[in-house]
Amino acid sequence: MRIDKDLVAASATPLVLGILAEGDLYGYAILKRVSELSGGGMQWTDGMLYPLLHRLERLGYVSSLWGTSDAGRRRKHYTITPAGRDALADRQEQWTVVADALRQVWQTTQGPAAATEGWA
Amino acid sequence: MTPHAELEAQIDRWRGYVQRNRAISPADVDELEDHLREQIADRQATGLDDEEAFLVAIKRLGNLDAVSREFAREHSDRLWKQLVLVPAGPDDASASAWRELAVVLALAVGAGVAVKAGSAWFDDGAALMRNLGLLVFPFLAAYFAWKRRLTGAVAATLIVPFAALAVALNVYPFAPAGSTGMLAALHAPVILWLLTGVAYVGGRWRSDKGRMDFVRFTGELAVYYTLLALGGAVLIALTLASLRAIGVDFQPVLEDWVLPFAVPGALVVAAWLVEAKQQVVENIAPVLTRVFTPLTVAMLLVLLTVLATAGGFVDIDRNLLILMDAILVLVLCLLLYSISARDPLAPPGLFDALQLALVIAALAVDAVMLTAMLARIAEFGYSPNKIAALGLNLLLLVHLLRAAWLAVGFLRGRLPFAAVERWQTRYLPVYGAWAAVVVVVFPPIFGFI
Repeated sequence: MRIDKDLVAASATPLVLGILAEGDLYGYAILKRVSELSGGGMQWTDGMLYPLLHRLERLGYVSSLWGTSDAGRRRKHYTITPAGRDALADRQEQWTVVADALRQVWQTTQGPAAATEGWA
Repeated sequence: MTPHAELEAQIDRWRGYVQRNRAISPADVDELEDHLREQIADRQATGLDDEEAFLVAIKRLGNLDAVSREFAREHSDRLWKQLVLVPAGPDDASASAWRELAVVLALAVGAGVAVKAGSAWFDDGAALMRNLGLLVFPFLAAYFAWKRRLTGAVAATLIVPFAALAVALNVYPFAPAGSTGMLAALHAPVILWLLTGVAYVGGRWRSDKGRMDFVRFTGELAVYYTLLALGGAVLIALTLASLRAIGVDFQPVLEDWVLPFAVPGALVVAAWLVEAKQQVVENIAPVLTRVFTPLTVAMLLVLLTVLATAGGFVDIDRNLLILMDAILVLVLCLLLYSISARDPLAPPGLFDALQLALVIAALAVDAVMLTAMLARIAEFGYSPNKIAALGLNLLLLVHLLRAAWLAVGFLRGRLPFAAVERWQTRYLPVYGAWAAVVVVVFPPIFGFI
Protein backbone atom coordinates (compact mmCIF):
# COMPACT_ATOMS: atom_id res chain seq x y z
CA MET A 1 0.00 0.00 0.00
CA ARG A 2 1.29 3.45 -0.93
CA ILE A 3 0.63 6.31 1.46
CA ASP A 4 -0.67 9.57 0.01
CA LYS A 5 1.94 12.29 -0.55
CA ASP A 6 0.24 14.90 1.67
CA LEU A 7 -0.08 12.46 4.52
CA VAL A 8 3.61 11.59 4.26
CA ALA A 9 4.50 15.28 4.32
CA ALA A 10 2.28 15.96 7.34
CA SER A 11 3.69 13.07 9.33
CA ALA A 12 7.33 13.67 8.39
CA THR A 13 8.24 16.03 11.23
CA PRO A 14 6.81 13.98 14.14
CA LEU A 15 8.16 10.81 12.58
CA VAL A 16 11.71 12.14 12.28
CA LEU A 17 11.60 13.67 15.75
CA GLY A 18 10.23 10.43 17.15
CA ILE A 19 12.95 8.38 15.50
CA LEU A 20 15.63 10.73 16.77
CA ALA A 21 14.12 10.49 20.26
CA GLU A 22 15.15 6.82 20.17
CA GLY A 23 18.78 7.84 19.60
CA ASP A 24 21.15 9.84 17.38
CA LEU A 25 21.13 8.92 13.71
CA TYR A 26 22.34 10.12 10.33
CA GLY A 27 20.15 10.76 7.31
CA TYR A 28 20.23 7.43 5.56
CA ALA A 29 19.63 5.53 8.82
CA ILE A 30 16.59 7.72 9.57
CA LEU A 31 15.07 6.82 6.21
CA LYS A 32 15.76 3.14 6.77
CA ARG A 33 14.01 3.34 10.12
CA VAL A 34 10.99 5.06 8.53
CA SER A 35 10.80 2.29 5.97
CA GLU A 36 11.07 -0.40 8.70
CA LEU A 37 8.42 1.22 10.88
CA SER A 38 5.92 1.55 8.05
CA GLY A 39 6.67 -1.86 6.60
CA GLY A 40 7.92 -0.17 3.44
CA GLY A 41 4.64 1.70 3.02
CA MET A 42 6.06 5.16 3.51
CA GLN A 43 8.47 5.89 0.69
CA TRP A 44 10.04 9.31 0.87
CA THR A 45 11.95 11.00 -1.83
CA ASP A 46 15.30 10.55 -0.13
CA GLY A 47 16.63 13.97 -1.06
CA MET A 48 13.72 15.74 0.65
CA LEU A 49 14.79 14.48 4.07
CA TYR A 50 17.76 16.83 4.21
CA PRO A 51 15.96 20.15 3.72
CA LEU A 52 13.54 18.91 6.40
CA LEU A 53 16.38 18.09 8.80
CA HIS A 54 17.92 21.51 8.14
CA ARG A 55 14.59 23.17 8.87
CA LEU A 56 14.28 21.26 12.15
CA GLU A 57 17.82 22.32 12.97
CA ARG A 58 17.02 25.95 12.28
CA LEU A 59 13.95 25.69 14.51
CA GLY A 60 16.23 24.30 17.22
CA TYR A 61 14.49 20.90 17.40
CA VAL A 62 17.60 18.98 16.41
CA SER A 63 21.30 19.66 16.51
CA SER A 64 23.87 18.18 14.18
CA LEU A 65 27.48 17.13 14.41
CA TRP A 66 29.87 16.05 11.68
CA GLY A 67 31.44 12.71 12.33
CA THR A 68 33.07 9.99 10.30
CA SER A 69 31.48 6.84 8.93
CA ASP A 70 33.08 3.39 9.14
CA ALA A 71 34.29 3.88 5.59
CA GLY A 72 35.94 7.15 6.61
CA ARG A 73 33.48 9.50 4.91
CA ARG A 74 32.19 12.70 6.44
CA ARG A 75 28.78 12.02 7.95
CA LYS A 76 26.36 14.34 9.70
CA HIS A 77 24.66 12.95 12.80
CA TYR A 78 21.48 14.47 14.15
CA THR A 79 20.43 14.64 17.82
CA ILE A 80 17.09 15.74 19.20
CA THR A 81 17.22 18.74 21.53
CA PRO A 82 15.03 19.43 24.60
CA ALA A 83 13.03 21.88 22.44
CA GLY A 84 12.65 19.07 19.93
CA ARG A 85 11.29 16.77 22.61
CA ASP A 86 8.75 19.42 23.61
CA ALA A 87 7.72 19.84 19.98
CA LEU A 88 7.44 16.08 19.65
CA ALA A 89 5.20 15.86 22.72
CA ASP A 90 3.04 18.63 21.29
CA ARG A 91 2.77 16.90 17.91
CA GLN A 92 1.98 13.62 19.65
CA GLU A 93 -0.97 15.22 21.38
CA GLN A 94 -2.20 16.68 18.11
CA TRP A 95 -1.87 13.36 16.32
CA THR A 96 -3.61 11.56 19.15
CA VAL A 97 -6.56 13.92 18.79
CA VAL A 98 -6.62 13.42 15.02
CA ALA A 99 -6.24 9.64 15.28
CA ASP A 100 -8.92 9.49 17.98
CA ALA A 101 -11.33 11.52 15.87
CA LEU A 102 -10.64 9.36 12.83
CA ARG A 103 -11.15 6.15 14.79
CA GLN A 104 -14.54 7.35 15.99
CA VAL A 105 -15.53 8.30 12.48
CA TRP A 106 -14.44 4.89 11.15
CA GLN A 107 -16.49 3.23 13.87
CA THR A 108 -19.66 5.19 13.17
CA THR A 109 -19.36 4.71 9.39
CA GLN A 110 -18.34 1.09 9.70
CA GLY A 111 -20.96 0.38 12.38
CA PRO A 112 -24.10 0.78 10.22
CA ALA A 113 -22.33 -0.96 7.32
CA ALA A 114 -21.60 -3.96 9.54
CA ALA A 115 -25.19 -3.86 10.85
CA THR A 116 -26.64 -3.88 7.32
CA GLU A 117 -24.47 -6.90 6.57
CA GLY A 118 -25.82 -8.55 9.71
CA TRP A 119 -29.44 -8.08 8.62
CA ALA A 120 -28.91 -9.34 5.16
CA MET B 1 41.98 0.26 -12.47
CA THR B 2 40.14 -0.15 -9.18
CA PRO B 3 37.13 -2.47 -9.25
CA HIS B 4 34.63 0.39 -8.88
CA ALA B 5 36.35 3.03 -11.00
CA GLU B 6 33.33 3.55 -13.23
CA LEU B 7 31.05 3.94 -10.20
CA GLU B 8 33.45 6.44 -8.64
CA ALA B 9 33.51 8.40 -11.89
CA GLN B 10 29.71 8.44 -11.97
CA ILE B 11 29.52 9.66 -8.39
CA ASP B 12 32.08 12.34 -9.21
CA ARG B 13 30.04 13.52 -12.17
CA TRP B 14 26.89 13.55 -10.04
CA ARG B 15 28.73 15.58 -7.39
CA GLY B 16 29.88 18.09 -9.96
CA TYR B 17 26.33 18.41 -11.22
CA VAL B 18 24.83 18.90 -7.77
CA GLN B 19 27.52 21.37 -6.77
CA ARG B 20 26.50 23.73 -9.52
CA ASN B 21 23.32 24.27 -7.58
CA ARG B 22 23.62 27.43 -5.56
CA ALA B 23 21.08 26.44 -2.94
CA ILE B 24 23.01 23.29 -2.04
CA SER B 25 26.18 24.02 -0.12
CA PRO B 26 29.31 21.83 -0.36
CA ALA B 27 28.57 20.43 3.11
CA ASP B 28 25.07 19.46 1.93
CA VAL B 29 26.61 17.76 -1.08
CA ASP B 30 28.84 15.77 1.29
CA GLU B 31 25.77 14.76 3.24
CA LEU B 32 23.88 13.74 0.10
CA GLU B 33 26.89 11.86 -1.20
CA ASP B 34 27.14 9.88 2.02
CA HIS B 35 23.48 9.04 1.60
CA LEU B 36 23.96 8.03 -2.02
CA ARG B 37 26.90 5.76 -1.18
CA GLU B 38 24.99 4.07 1.66
CA GLN B 39 22.06 3.45 -0.66
CA ILE B 40 24.39 2.07 -3.35
CA ALA B 41 26.10 -0.23 -0.84
CA ASP B 42 22.72 -1.57 0.32
CA ARG B 43 21.59 -2.18 -3.27
CA GLN B 44 24.87 -3.93 -4.05
CA ALA B 45 24.33 -6.13 -1.03
CA THR B 46 21.04 -7.28 -2.56
CA GLY B 47 22.86 -8.33 -5.70
CA LEU B 48 22.66 -5.33 -8.05
CA ASP B 49 25.77 -4.39 -10.01
CA ASP B 50 27.42 -0.95 -9.73
CA GLU B 51 25.49 0.64 -12.54
CA GLU B 52 22.08 -0.61 -11.42
CA ALA B 53 22.77 0.29 -7.81
CA PHE B 54 23.79 3.81 -8.85
CA LEU B 55 20.67 4.27 -10.96
CA VAL B 56 18.37 3.09 -8.19
CA ALA B 57 20.10 5.30 -5.62
CA ILE B 58 19.84 8.36 -7.88
CA LYS B 59 16.18 7.61 -8.54
CA ARG B 60 15.47 7.27 -4.84
CA LEU B 61 17.21 10.57 -4.13
CA GLY B 62 14.57 12.21 -6.26
CA ASN B 63 14.38 14.90 -8.91
CA LEU B 64 17.29 17.20 -8.27
CA ASP B 65 15.37 20.33 -9.28
CA ALA B 66 12.63 19.59 -6.78
CA VAL B 67 15.15 18.76 -4.06
CA SER B 68 17.15 21.90 -4.72
CA ARG B 69 13.96 23.96 -4.66
CA GLU B 70 13.30 22.53 -1.24
CA PHE B 71 16.84 23.42 -0.18
CA ALA B 72 16.35 26.92 -1.57
CA ARG B 73 13.15 27.34 0.41
CA GLU B 74 14.99 26.44 3.57
CA HIS B 75 18.18 28.38 2.74
CA SER B 76 17.02 31.32 0.64
CA ASP B 77 20.01 33.26 1.96
CA ARG B 78 22.25 31.01 -0.05
CA LEU B 79 20.91 32.40 -3.27
CA TRP B 80 22.74 35.51 -2.17
CA LYS B 81 26.09 33.90 -2.28
CA GLN B 82 27.79 34.19 1.02
CA LEU B 83 31.42 34.84 1.57
CA VAL B 84 32.74 32.39 4.12
CA LEU B 85 36.22 33.55 4.95
CA VAL B 86 36.68 31.26 7.89
CA PRO B 87 34.38 28.25 7.75
CA ALA B 88 32.86 27.25 11.08
CA GLY B 89 33.48 23.87 12.58
CA PRO B 90 36.45 22.07 14.02
CA ASP B 91 37.67 20.91 10.60
CA ASP B 92 41.12 21.13 9.06
CA ALA B 93 39.61 23.60 6.59
CA SER B 94 38.82 26.00 9.38
CA ALA B 95 42.29 25.73 10.89
CA SER B 96 43.94 26.45 7.56
CA ALA B 97 41.58 29.38 6.97
CA TRP B 98 42.58 30.88 10.30
CA ARG B 99 46.22 30.34 9.42
CA GLU B 100 45.67 32.10 6.11
CA LEU B 101 44.00 35.02 7.86
CA ALA B 102 46.96 35.28 10.22
CA VAL B 103 49.40 35.23 7.30
CA VAL B 104 47.41 37.88 5.43
CA LEU B 105 47.21 40.19 8.43
CA ALA B 106 50.92 39.74 9.17
CA LEU B 107 51.79 40.58 5.56
CA ALA B 108 49.44 43.57 5.54
CA VAL B 109 51.07 44.93 8.69
CA GLY B 110 54.47 44.11 7.20
CA ALA B 111 53.67 46.16 4.09
CA GLY B 112 52.62 49.03 6.34
CA VAL B 113 55.82 48.81 8.39
CA ALA B 114 57.88 48.72 5.19
CA VAL B 115 56.19 51.85 3.83
CA LYS B 116 56.51 53.61 7.19
CA ALA B 117 60.20 52.67 7.44
CA GLY B 118 60.69 53.73 3.83
CA SER B 119 59.20 57.15 4.45
CA ALA B 120 61.57 57.59 7.39
CA TRP B 121 64.57 56.31 5.43
CA PHE B 122 64.13 58.25 2.17
CA ASP B 123 64.09 61.92 3.11
CA ASP B 124 63.72 62.79 -0.57
CA GLY B 125 60.11 62.59 -1.76
CA ALA B 126 61.05 61.56 -5.30
CA ALA B 127 63.21 58.68 -4.04
CA LEU B 128 60.35 57.49 -1.83
CA MET B 129 57.98 57.58 -4.79
CA ARG B 130 60.37 55.49 -6.90
CA ASN B 131 60.64 52.93 -4.11
CA LEU B 132 57.03 52.75 -2.99
CA GLY B 133 56.22 49.81 -5.28
CA LEU B 134 59.39 48.01 -4.21
CA LEU B 135 58.34 48.35 -0.57
CA VAL B 136 54.86 46.89 -1.02
CA PHE B 137 55.46 44.29 -3.75
CA PRO B 138 57.41 41.74 -1.62
CA PHE B 139 54.46 41.35 0.74
CA LEU B 140 51.91 40.80 -1.99
CA ALA B 141 54.27 38.40 -3.79
CA ALA B 142 54.99 36.65 -0.49
CA TYR B 143 51.28 36.03 -0.02
CA PHE B 144 51.00 34.32 -3.40
CA ALA B 145 54.31 32.52 -2.89
CA TRP B 146 52.89 31.11 0.33
CA LYS B 147 49.46 30.40 -1.14
CA ARG B 148 50.70 28.77 -4.35
CA ARG B 149 53.71 27.09 -2.73
CA LEU B 150 56.09 28.52 -5.31
CA THR B 151 59.13 26.48 -6.23
CA GLY B 152 62.64 27.85 -5.80
CA ALA B 153 62.99 28.40 -9.54
CA VAL B 154 59.82 30.53 -9.70
CA ALA B 155 60.88 32.46 -6.62
CA ALA B 156 64.19 33.17 -8.33
CA THR B 157 62.42 34.49 -11.45
CA LEU B 158 60.65 36.91 -9.10
CA ILE B 159 63.61 37.89 -6.94
CA VAL B 160 66.16 38.49 -9.70
CA PRO B 161 64.12 41.08 -11.68
CA PHE B 162 62.98 42.61 -8.41
CA ALA B 163 66.57 43.03 -7.23
CA ALA B 164 67.64 44.40 -10.62
CA LEU B 165 64.80 46.90 -10.53
CA ALA B 166 65.66 47.92 -6.97
CA VAL B 167 69.29 48.47 -7.96
CA ALA B 168 68.39 50.51 -11.05
CA LEU B 169 65.92 52.69 -9.16
CA ASN B 170 68.35 53.44 -6.34
CA VAL B 171 71.81 53.43 -7.91
CA TYR B 172 71.08 55.59 -10.95
CA PRO B 173 72.02 59.20 -10.19
CA PHE B 174 68.64 60.69 -11.12
CA ALA B 175 68.67 64.45 -11.35
CA PRO B 176 66.40 66.07 -8.74
CA ALA B 177 62.98 66.78 -10.25
CA GLY B 178 64.20 65.23 -13.50
CA SER B 179 61.85 63.57 -15.92
CA THR B 180 63.70 60.24 -16.20
CA GLY B 181 63.35 59.72 -12.45
CA MET B 182 59.65 60.51 -12.69
CA LEU B 183 59.23 58.17 -15.67
CA ALA B 184 61.03 55.39 -13.78
CA ALA B 185 58.74 55.91 -10.78
CA LEU B 186 55.70 55.67 -13.06
CA HIS B 187 56.83 52.61 -14.99
CA ALA B 188 58.29 50.53 -12.15
CA PRO B 189 54.85 49.55 -10.79
CA VAL B 190 53.95 48.07 -14.21
CA ILE B 191 56.93 45.70 -14.01
CA LEU B 192 56.19 44.88 -10.38
CA TRP B 193 52.56 44.21 -11.19
CA LEU B 194 53.48 41.76 -13.96
CA LEU B 195 55.88 40.08 -11.52
CA THR B 196 52.96 39.83 -9.09
CA GLY B 197 51.15 38.13 -11.96
CA VAL B 198 53.94 35.55 -12.22
CA ALA B 199 53.50 34.85 -8.50
CA TYR B 200 49.72 34.83 -8.87
CA VAL B 201 49.72 32.12 -11.54
CA GLY B 202 52.25 30.15 -9.52
CA GLY B 203 54.93 30.42 -12.19
CA ARG B 204 52.70 29.20 -15.04
CA TRP B 205 53.05 32.56 -16.75
CA ARG B 206 53.24 31.00 -20.20
CA SER B 207 49.65 29.77 -19.89
CA ASP B 208 47.02 31.94 -21.58
CA LYS B 209 44.43 30.77 -19.09
CA GLY B 210 46.68 31.75 -16.21
CA ARG B 211 47.20 35.21 -17.67
CA MET B 212 43.48 35.67 -18.17
CA ASP B 213 42.94 34.66 -14.56
CA PHE B 214 45.41 37.33 -13.56
CA VAL B 215 43.55 39.93 -15.63
CA ARG B 216 40.36 38.91 -13.88
CA PHE B 217 42.12 39.09 -10.55
CA THR B 218 43.41 42.58 -11.34
CA GLY B 219 39.94 43.83 -12.19
CA GLU B 220 38.37 42.33 -9.10
CA LEU B 221 41.20 43.66 -6.98
CA ALA B 222 40.54 47.16 -8.29
CA VAL B 223 36.85 46.79 -7.37
CA TYR B 224 37.62 45.48 -3.91
CA TYR B 225 40.35 47.99 -3.23
CA THR B 226 37.98 50.80 -4.19
CA LEU B 227 35.30 49.45 -1.87
CA LEU B 228 37.79 49.15 0.99
CA ALA B 229 39.06 52.66 0.29
CA LEU B 230 35.53 54.08 0.29
CA GLY B 231 34.68 52.36 3.56
CA GLY B 232 37.96 53.48 5.08
CA ALA B 233 37.41 57.04 3.94
CA VAL B 234 33.99 57.15 5.59
CA LEU B 235 35.40 55.79 8.85
CA ILE B 236 38.30 58.23 8.81
CA ALA B 237 36.07 61.19 8.01
CA LEU B 238 33.71 60.32 10.88
CA THR B 239 36.60 59.83 13.31
CA LEU B 240 38.25 63.04 12.17
CA ALA B 241 35.04 65.03 12.56
CA SER B 242 34.19 63.66 16.00
CA LEU B 243 37.69 64.13 17.35
CA ARG B 244 37.76 67.66 15.99
CA ALA B 245 34.48 68.35 17.75
CA ILE B 246 36.07 67.20 21.00
CA GLY B 247 39.10 69.35 20.27
CA VAL B 248 41.70 66.66 19.49
CA ASP B 249 43.77 67.14 16.35
CA PHE B 250 43.78 63.76 14.63
CA GLN B 251 45.38 64.97 11.40
CA PRO B 252 49.05 64.18 12.28
CA VAL B 253 48.20 60.67 13.51
CA LEU B 254 46.21 60.09 10.34
CA GLU B 255 49.00 61.19 8.04
CA ASP B 256 51.86 59.60 9.96
CA TRP B 257 50.32 56.32 11.07
CA VAL B 258 46.89 55.48 9.72
CA LEU B 259 47.42 56.09 6.02
CA PRO B 260 50.92 54.55 5.68
CA PHE B 261 49.56 51.34 7.16
CA ALA B 262 46.05 51.33 5.74
CA VAL B 263 46.85 52.07 2.09
CA PRO B 264 49.41 49.27 1.44
CA GLY B 265 47.77 46.92 3.95
CA ALA B 266 44.43 47.21 2.17
CA LEU B 267 46.11 46.04 -1.03
CA VAL B 268 47.20 42.77 0.58
CA VAL B 269 43.81 42.33 2.23
CA ALA B 270 42.01 43.05 -1.06
CA ALA B 271 44.16 40.43 -2.82
CA TRP B 272 43.18 37.92 -0.16
CA LEU B 273 39.50 38.82 -0.44
CA VAL B 274 39.57 38.32 -4.21
CA GLU B 275 41.20 34.94 -3.66
CA ALA B 276 38.71 33.96 -0.99
CA LYS B 277 35.57 35.01 -2.78
CA GLN B 278 36.28 34.04 -6.39
CA GLN B 279 32.86 32.52 -6.94
CA VAL B 280 30.93 34.74 -4.59
CA VAL B 281 30.46 37.95 -6.52
CA GLU B 282 31.87 36.96 -9.87
CA ASN B 283 28.80 38.52 -11.45
CA ILE B 284 29.91 42.06 -10.64
CA ALA B 285 32.49 42.07 -13.46
CA PRO B 286 30.06 41.61 -16.37
CA VAL B 287 27.72 44.17 -14.81
CA LEU B 288 30.41 46.81 -14.44
CA THR B 289 31.78 46.26 -17.92
CA ARG B 290 28.31 46.45 -19.44
CA VAL B 291 27.63 49.72 -17.67
CA PHE B 292 30.94 51.35 -18.42
CA THR B 293 31.65 50.22 -21.98
CA PRO B 294 28.89 52.34 -23.58
CA LEU B 295 29.70 55.25 -21.25
CA THR B 296 33.35 55.10 -22.21
CA VAL B 297 32.49 55.01 -25.90
CA ALA B 298 30.44 58.19 -25.38
CA MET B 299 33.29 59.82 -23.47
CA LEU B 300 35.82 59.00 -26.20
CA LEU B 301 33.49 60.40 -28.87
CA VAL B 302 33.10 63.65 -26.93
CA LEU B 303 36.86 63.91 -26.54
CA LEU B 304 37.38 63.28 -30.25
CA THR B 305 34.91 66.00 -31.17
CA VAL B 306 36.55 68.46 -28.80
CA LEU B 307 40.00 67.63 -30.14
CA ALA B 308 38.85 67.94 -33.72
CA THR B 309 37.30 71.36 -33.16
CA ALA B 310 40.18 72.63 -31.03
CA GLY B 311 42.32 73.36 -34.05
CA GLY B 312 46.04 72.63 -34.58
CA PHE B 313 47.56 69.60 -32.96
CA VAL B 314 50.81 71.39 -32.08
CA ASP B 315 48.96 73.65 -29.71
CA ILE B 316 47.50 70.80 -27.73
CA ASP B 317 48.55 71.19 -24.16
CA ARG B 318 51.15 68.81 -22.83
CA ASN B 319 49.02 67.99 -19.79
CA LEU B 320 46.16 67.07 -22.07
CA LEU B 321 48.37 64.55 -23.85
CA ILE B 322 49.29 62.95 -20.52
CA LEU B 323 45.63 62.85 -19.51
CA MET B 324 44.70 61.24 -22.81
CA ASP B 325 47.36 58.59 -22.29
CA ALA B 326 45.84 57.81 -18.92
CA ILE B 327 42.39 57.59 -20.53
CA LEU B 328 43.64 55.19 -23.21
CA VAL B 329 45.28 52.96 -20.60
CA LEU B 330 42.03 52.97 -18.67
CA VAL B 331 40.08 52.05 -21.82
CA LEU B 332 42.47 49.19 -22.38
CA CYS B 333 41.97 47.96 -18.81
CA LEU B 334 38.21 48.10 -19.32
CA LEU B 335 38.55 46.16 -22.57
CA LEU B 336 40.70 43.49 -20.95
CA TYR B 337 38.40 43.25 -17.96
CA SER B 338 35.30 42.88 -20.09
CA ILE B 339 36.98 40.25 -22.25
CA SER B 340 37.98 38.35 -19.13
CA ALA B 341 34.42 38.52 -17.82
CA ARG B 342 32.82 37.22 -21.01
CA ASP B 343 31.70 33.65 -21.49
CA PRO B 344 34.06 32.51 -24.27
CA LEU B 345 31.49 30.10 -25.68
CA ALA B 346 28.65 32.60 -26.08
CA PRO B 347 27.93 33.61 -29.69
CA PRO B 348 28.75 37.16 -30.81
CA GLY B 349 26.14 39.66 -29.64
CA LEU B 350 25.31 43.33 -29.35
CA PHE B 351 27.78 43.83 -26.54
CA ASP B 352 30.64 42.53 -28.69
CA ALA B 353 29.73 45.08 -31.34
CA LEU B 354 29.78 47.75 -28.64
CA GLN B 355 33.20 46.57 -27.59
CA LEU B 356 34.39 46.90 -31.16
CA ALA B 357 33.02 50.45 -31.17
CA LEU B 358 35.05 51.12 -28.02
CA VAL B 359 38.21 49.79 -29.65
CA ILE B 360 37.63 51.86 -32.78
CA ALA B 361 36.95 55.03 -30.77
CA ALA B 362 40.10 54.39 -28.76
CA LEU B 363 42.03 53.84 -32.00
CA ALA B 364 40.81 57.18 -33.34
CA VAL B 365 41.86 58.94 -30.13
CA ASP B 366 45.20 57.18 -30.26
CA ALA B 367 45.73 58.26 -33.87
CA VAL B 368 44.99 61.89 -32.95
CA MET B 369 47.40 61.63 -30.03
CA LEU B 370 50.16 60.15 -32.17
CA THR B 371 49.76 62.92 -34.73
CA ALA B 372 49.85 65.53 -31.99
CA MET B 373 52.94 63.97 -30.44
CA LEU B 374 54.82 63.68 -33.71
CA ALA B 375 53.93 67.30 -34.42
CA ARG B 376 55.25 68.34 -31.01
CA ILE B 377 58.43 66.33 -31.44
CA ALA B 378 59.00 67.89 -34.88
CA GLU B 379 58.35 71.34 -33.42
CA PHE B 380 60.18 71.19 -30.09
CA GLY B 381 62.57 68.23 -30.47
CA TYR B 382 62.45 65.10 -28.37
CA SER B 383 62.62 64.62 -24.63
CA PRO B 384 62.43 61.52 -22.41
CA ASN B 385 58.78 62.29 -21.64
CA LYS B 386 57.83 62.54 -25.29
CA ILE B 387 59.64 59.37 -26.31
CA ALA B 388 58.09 57.44 -23.41
CA ALA B 389 54.63 58.68 -24.35
CA LEU B 390 55.25 58.00 -28.03
CA GLY B 391 56.37 54.45 -27.27
CA LEU B 392 53.33 53.79 -25.12
CA ASN B 393 51.04 55.13 -27.82
CA LEU B 394 52.64 52.96 -30.48
CA LEU B 395 52.22 49.91 -28.24
CA LEU B 396 48.57 50.83 -27.70
CA LEU B 397 48.11 51.36 -31.44
CA VAL B 398 49.38 47.86 -32.27
CA HIS B 399 47.34 46.37 -29.44
CA LEU B 400 44.12 48.10 -30.47
CA LEU B 401 44.54 47.55 -34.21
CA ARG B 402 44.97 43.82 -33.82
CA ALA B 403 42.16 43.72 -31.22
CA ALA B 404 39.83 45.51 -33.66
CA TRP B 405 40.82 43.15 -36.48
CA LEU B 406 40.16 40.07 -34.33
CA ALA B 407 36.89 41.52 -33.00
CA VAL B 408 35.64 42.00 -36.55
CA GLY B 409 36.61 38.41 -37.35
CA PHE B 410 34.74 37.20 -34.28
CA LEU B 411 31.63 39.26 -35.03
CA ARG B 412 31.51 37.85 -38.56
CA GLY B 413 31.80 34.36 -37.14
CA ARG B 414 35.14 33.63 -38.76
CA LEU B 415 37.15 33.45 -35.53
CA PRO B 416 36.47 31.88 -32.13
CA PHE B 417 36.43 34.18 -29.12
CA ALA B 418 39.53 32.36 -27.90
CA ALA B 419 41.52 34.13 -30.64
CA VAL B 420 40.47 37.52 -29.25
CA GLU B 421 41.41 36.41 -25.75
CA ARG B 422 44.72 34.96 -26.82
CA TRP B 423 45.84 38.19 -28.45
CA GLN B 424 45.10 40.17 -25.29
CA THR B 425 46.94 37.82 -22.97
CA ARG B 426 49.91 37.31 -25.30
CA TYR B 427 50.42 41.05 -25.71
CA LEU B 428 50.54 41.84 -21.99
CA PRO B 429 54.27 41.10 -21.44
CA VAL B 430 55.10 43.66 -24.15
CA TYR B 431 54.01 46.42 -21.77
CA GLY B 432 56.30 44.97 -19.09
CA ALA B 433 59.21 44.93 -21.53
CA TRP B 434 58.54 48.56 -22.53
CA ALA B 435 58.29 49.61 -18.88
CA ALA B 436 61.62 47.87 -18.22
CA VAL B 437 63.17 49.81 -21.11
CA VAL B 438 61.85 53.10 -19.72
CA VAL B 439 63.15 52.32 -16.21
CA VAL B 440 66.50 50.77 -17.06
CA VAL B 441 67.57 52.10 -20.48
CA PHE B 442 66.06 55.60 -20.61
CA PRO B 443 67.95 57.20 -17.70
CA PRO B 444 71.49 56.43 -18.99
CA ILE B 445 70.53 57.36 -22.57
CA PHE B 446 69.11 60.70 -21.56
CA GLY B 447 71.81 61.38 -18.98
CA PHE B 448 69.51 61.01 -15.90
CA ILE B 449 67.87 64.38 -16.56
